[in-house]
Amino acid sequence: MKRNVIFIAAFFCSLSSYAASGLKDVELRDLYFGEVLFYAYQDKYFEALERLDSELIQYYRVDESNLDPLSQNLGQAEFSVGDIELQYRMDKRAGKAIQAVLGSGINLAMRNQAALQLARMYFRKNDAERALYALDLIHNRVDMTKYPDKSVDDLRGVEPENFKIDVLYLRALAYISTGQFTNAVEILDSLRNEKSIKGYVLYNLGIALIQAQQELQGLEVLDELGMLETQDKNLQALKDKANLKIAYRLLDSGNAEQARIYFQRIRLDGPYSNQALLGAGWAEAALDRYERALVPWTILHKREKTNHSVQESLMSVPYAYGKLQAYGKSANMYAEAMDMFAYEISRLDDSIKAIRGGKFLEALVDEKSRQDENWVVNLRELPDAPETRYILDLLASSDFQTSYNNYRDLADLKVRIETWLANLKVFEEIIDIRRAYQEPLLPIVGERFEKIDARAKLRLEQRNSLADKIKNILIAPRPDFLATADERLASDRVTAFEQYIAEHPGKVTGEQIYRVKRLRGLLSWRLQSEYDQRLTEAYDHLLSLDETTEAFKKRYGSFIRTRQAATQSYEGYQSVIRQLRTGLFSAQRKLKGVMAKQGRFLETMAENELDRRRKRLEDYQIKARFALAENYDRVTKADQDKLIEEQNQLREEKQKQLELEKEAQKAEESAPSAEDSLDKGSSILNNVPAN
Amino acid sequence: MKKKYINKISLVIVLIALSVVPFLAKAAEVTQEQIKGLDEQVQDIKEDVLDLTTELSLLEEKLLFPSNTQVSLFVSLDSGKKFVLDAMQIKLDDKVVAKHLYTFKELEALRLGGVQRIYTGNINTGDHSMIASFLGRDASGEQFKGVADFTVNKAVGPKFVEIKITGGDSADQTISFQDW
Repeated sequence: MKRNVIFIAAFFCSLSSYAASGLKDVELRDLYFGEVLFYAYQDKYFEALERLDSELIQYYRVDESNLDPLSQNLGQAEFSVGDIELQYRMDKRAGKAIQAVLGSGINLAMRNQAALQLARMYFRKNDAERALYALDLIHNRVDMTKYPDKSVDDLRGVEPENFKIDVLYLRALAYISTGQFTNAVEILDSLRNEKSIKGYVLYNLGIALIQAQQELQGLEVLDELGMLETQDKNLQALKDKANLKIAYRLLDSGNAEQARIYFQRIRLDGPYSNQALLGAGWAEAALDRYERALVPWTILHKREKTNHSVQESLMSVPYAYGKLQAYGKSANMYAEAMDMFAYEISRLDDSIKAIRGGKFLEALVDEKSRQDENWVVNLRELPDAPETRYILDLLASSDFQTSYNNYRDLADLKVRIETWLANLKVFEEIIDIRRAYQEPLLPIVGERFEKIDARAKLRLEQRNSLADKIKNILIAPRPDFLATADERLASDRVTAFEQYIAEHPGKVTGEQIYRVKRLRGLLSWRLQSEYDQRLTEAYDHLLSLDETTEAFKKRYGSFIRTRQAATQSYEGYQSVIRQLRTGLFSAQRKLKGVMAKQGRFLETMAENELDRRRKRLEDYQIKARFALAENYDRVTKADQDKLIEEQNQLREEKQKQLELEKEAQKAEESAPSAEDSLDKGSSILNNVPAN
Repeated sequence: MKKKYINKISLVIVLIALSVVPFLAKAAEVTQEQIKGLDEQVQDIKEDVLDLTTELSLLEEKLLFPSNTQVSLFVSLDSGKKFVLDAMQIKLDDKVVAKHLYTFKELEALRLGGVQRIYTGNINTGDHSMIASFLGRDASGEQFKGVADFTVNKAVGPKFVEIKITGGDSADQTISFQDW
């Protein structure tokens, strides 16, 4: 049961991360969110999360967050938090983030996706009950009352193409996990024609039917999968698995003839070929056809000796020869097998020693091997690394994968913490350099600025006064306000003359009075006649002054900001850096402990697996020794039988000879001697009457 | 004398036994609960480090790229599936500020709609010339180059420019720029 569930879960793991998540087909409105996706699509989840968190923090910190471009992608961004956290195996935090999305006011499609994501998370954690609960949260009702200003389409959103199929499939798997096989059969039967997941559906349907006590139908479905035409490597492997399952079931139930057919369907180069070759041999052996059994077993015999089926074939081949009464060959092969087992046991011992020496953990986090998909193969090539061929099944198991990924993540975090601690030192150095440069400069700059600032303020006041005057002139014309400096001087002199004439009327001539009046008239004429033009010019000058003032204000603002930035470039960091450093040290301490523990777990798992394999080899060794002894007995017995037979024959011959001798003796004793006989004969002859 | 000899032998036997026992002793099984418990502890550490890293990144940005001088350049791709972007180079004020060779995964991420931040730096307010060039291969595998220029107008706030490569599967790729 557990094996089936593990396999089924593997389908979800086999989906590429973005295909399984809600991160595909995002319409981009924010560059930084695009950067988050750039990392998420490369499976660099830490980088993606760190950027996404920064973006969201900044978004929620600013006053007018609706102006931030992220507001356009906010729904996806908040959904992505849980999604990426899930990919980064932070289930606890992802759960909270997804729950938050479920409760927030985004569209129905997004909420449903969040519920599916939550269900997947629970299912991955072997909590099928909760997965079913999360799947029940998916619905199709649009709540218009909450958002009356939005359209139904907006509130409904768009679900990904395969959403409904994914939901049904996961529900079926959860039903299988909770033992509700009939419900699972019903759903899987409805998904039988879904091309994208057909193989997986058939396999799980077959398993569910067998579990629901409908073995015949289950085997029929597995048979259908076993004959599926496909070029997909994963499906081909699944086909082989289905055929292997049927074949062993038939073999176990005593139907070896039928089992042979299913074993023959399995590819000779697939992942299940060794088990198939072994089973095919046993099927022939069950029918007492040992010569035929030797055909698949001999192929298997030549394969990689660390494989469990191959190791069994080291025993089964001499067994078959024994059955064929080729005891000598059989004994020789058992002896070879024993040598092989002894060699493999010593390799296992070396591997266990390598693990205890810490080489396994070193190999696991080796950067070179990690960058390749075939890291397990690369692992073998590292010096002193344990023999990984013996732990392939363990390496693929969910428990080991969880622990291994955690260990790698911790190793990665360890490097990150060390890098940040080093960076903090550099930051402090930068701050010190800035302080040393800026601190003595700023007071001098400040002093100069104060002077400029005072002048600037005066000039701005003057400008404002002029602007007011022009504004007033527009309402009540005042030509004198627009007089030039010369005109103003001339006017002042004329006024002085006028005053003098008024105070000393007897001391001035009529001509002089006339001239003063003329001058006054001239000035007035000029000011009055040129008033409009002067007013226009004054207004233009004010506008020009405003341009200059504006440029000045910009410069002024820029200076203020630069001065502020200069101060801020070294002020106010100390406590932040101190806090962050304390946080990093604390995380480093925790990480060290947990990483050591996680490493021990991995080593223990690998060591136990190697130990199990070692014990199995020891069992084989004992069996081989007994079989060898038995064969020797048989050979010896045969030799003895032959010897006895030969001796018996010899004895019989001797006996016969003796008997003959005895008879001859008897004859000799009872009959006259030869001479007598001759004499007798001659006498007889002599007595014969002559004719 | 004999007793002493026996004692020595016993000591050797004990030492041999002690050296063999740990090797033969089977390590205890790791239970599901232990794995689960440790997994939760790992998650807590991840959360701690992630929170710290977020704060540290914000601090780094504030310290190294103050908003009044900050400029960030981003690369995005909207081309046919058979167009392969090999490399990208950015010149700002006639100085090469960024060079990047794309991995398969990065290219896939760009094709799926991810955006790469190729450069973050500091510049003064005002106009700055930028030249973006790329090396790519078309559907037939033929390599070609694309170049385009743009004027980055830096104001008081941070400046973001998107460099967008658009086209089909062939050498018809164009570079466009967008101010954000």
